[in-house]
Amino acid sequence: MATRVYECLKAIGDKIIANKDFLTDLDREIGDADHGVNMARGFQAVIEKVPEDEADIGAALKKTGMTLLSTVGGASGPLYGTAYMEVAKIFAGKDTVNAEDFKLALEAAIAGIQKRGKAEKGEKTMLDALMPAHDAFSEQLASGADLVTALDAACVAANEGVEFTKTIAATKGRASYLGERSIGHQDPGATSATMTLEVIRDFLKG
Amino acid sequence: MKKLINGVDNIVDEMLEGMVAAYPQYIRRLDGFDVVVRAGGSKGKVALVSGGGSGHEPAHGGYVGKGMLDGAIAGAVFTSPTPDQVYEAIKAADGGKGVLLVIKNYTGDVMNFEMAADMARDEGIEVEQVITADDVAVENSTWTTGRRGIAGTIFVHKIAGACAEAGGSLADVKRVAEKVIDNVRSMGMAVDACTVPAAGKPSFDLADDEIEIGIGIHGEPGVNREKIGTVNEISDKLLDKIFAEGIYNSGDEVAVMVNGMGGTPLMELFVANKHIKEVLDGKGIKVAKTLVGNYMTSLDMEGFSITLLKVDDELKKLLNAPADTPAFVQV
Repeated sequence: MATRVYECLKAIGDKIIANKDFLTDLDREIGDADHGVNMARGFQAVIEKVPEDEADIGAALKKTGMTLLSTVGGASGPLYGTAYMEVAKIFAGKDTVNAEDFKLALEAAIAGIQKRGKAEKGEKTMLDALMPAHDAFSEQLASGADLVTALDAACVAANEGVEFTKTIAATKGRASYLGERSIGHQDPGATSATMTLEVIRDFLKG
Repeated sequence: MKKLINGVDNIVDEMLEGMVAAYPQYIRRLDGFDVVVRAGGSKGKVALVSGGGSGHEPAHGGYVGKGMLDGAIAGAVFTSPTPDQVYEAIKAADGGKGVLLVIKNYTGDVMNFEMAADMARDEGIEVEQVITADDVAVENSTWTTGRRGIAGTIFVHKIAGACAEAGGSLADVKRVAEKVIDNVRSMGMAVDACTVPAAGKPSFDLADDEIEIGIGIHGEPGVNREKIGTVNEISDKLLDKIFAEGIYNSGDEVAVMVNGMGGTPLMELFVANKHIKEVLDGKGIKVAKTLVGNYMTSLDMEGFSITLLKVDDELKKLLNAPADTPAFVQV
């Protein structure tokens, strides 16, 4: 019988795989047309390699990070791989998720991505979804909201972040070569990061 | 999409098997990895390792052999290889004198190769790296990822490879590699886009009379879209941007590469080279060596790039040194 963490990872994978063409098309506009293909390949491997009965959330996420690192390639591989491995540290030895840990997890993911990608907010990257999501989440938490309510706010902020990426020029990654021509297109990485948050929210709700 | 493939999932694997079957005297594949190394190993010399996404054939596996690379990693099409693959290549290529990684300047490539270098250093292997960034189509500023590494990378393979073959130390090999990088510039254009097999459609759409100036080698759109002109006019445009660097002046000596993107007839590349030579002659720039052909391709893209490398006596000697690899033989 599959554990909760495995089911959640599988739900993320299913969502990414179902949106393979959509993410790839976004990347074709401003990048090199492989984001969906690469992420789908990575999560197919995650679904196969993470043990279904792994109850330790940290262990399952670490395996997820390592698997993404060795199967995705490109920039997304090291970025998502690092993010999952950093988040794994927060949940090491735990089999449940609480709001405080989730906030720390968002912080760890952002710090890992920043360290690996040397990016800041406003450069048209996944950080433009994740950083506002973290801020909204923390704000909700500070005013006493529960995990799911805070996650709802985080998802709204992440979606706004994706919309924001349409208005700015990329200064990191392959889209930066387009300069001003990247304006008008939403960032594929911010999009897949937002999808991930939404799946986690729906999973925790359901 | 019409492609000579069996399926999109096994292209890289089948390509590597086919390469090794064609050139067993040069290369062998590491079991379980998308890595080729010299068939006879690289004992006692500095090893050069390069790689990147697939779709640039003969780069990089075609340059593994005497006088050039010691190992090459093939990622998925247009996708940087993963750190574990690069790490295996470093370990297998290392002949005990250290390893130089030749990385093309792309966000993903740099991240994956650096992670692999860290892993290899943890194992006690001496690893250095150089990053090629020869594409003048992209402005180099703090606001972008920096210039892309494109066809000029082949000159790094050739020259640093010759230095390593001659017994150069890791520091020597890195120094000449950086000297090449400092003196090499490229710019490319496309008449038509390429089609990534897994994507199934062209990476960008051009009208019958349109060209894209300043394309990279991954089907990414260029910096400018315009009406097509003659090959002389197009070559002038590319050369002007390269000359604007101020590196190539009257009295200098250069090596020239007219590189096909995969779908360009050699006939057209030679026509371009006729004009390029005339322009260089007119500027009083001496051509020390010319390479015309498909050296760093972009799948089936129609188009070409021009690369100039300013050479001094040291670089010229290394450039003219013998090399024996599947894709580059020089006696």
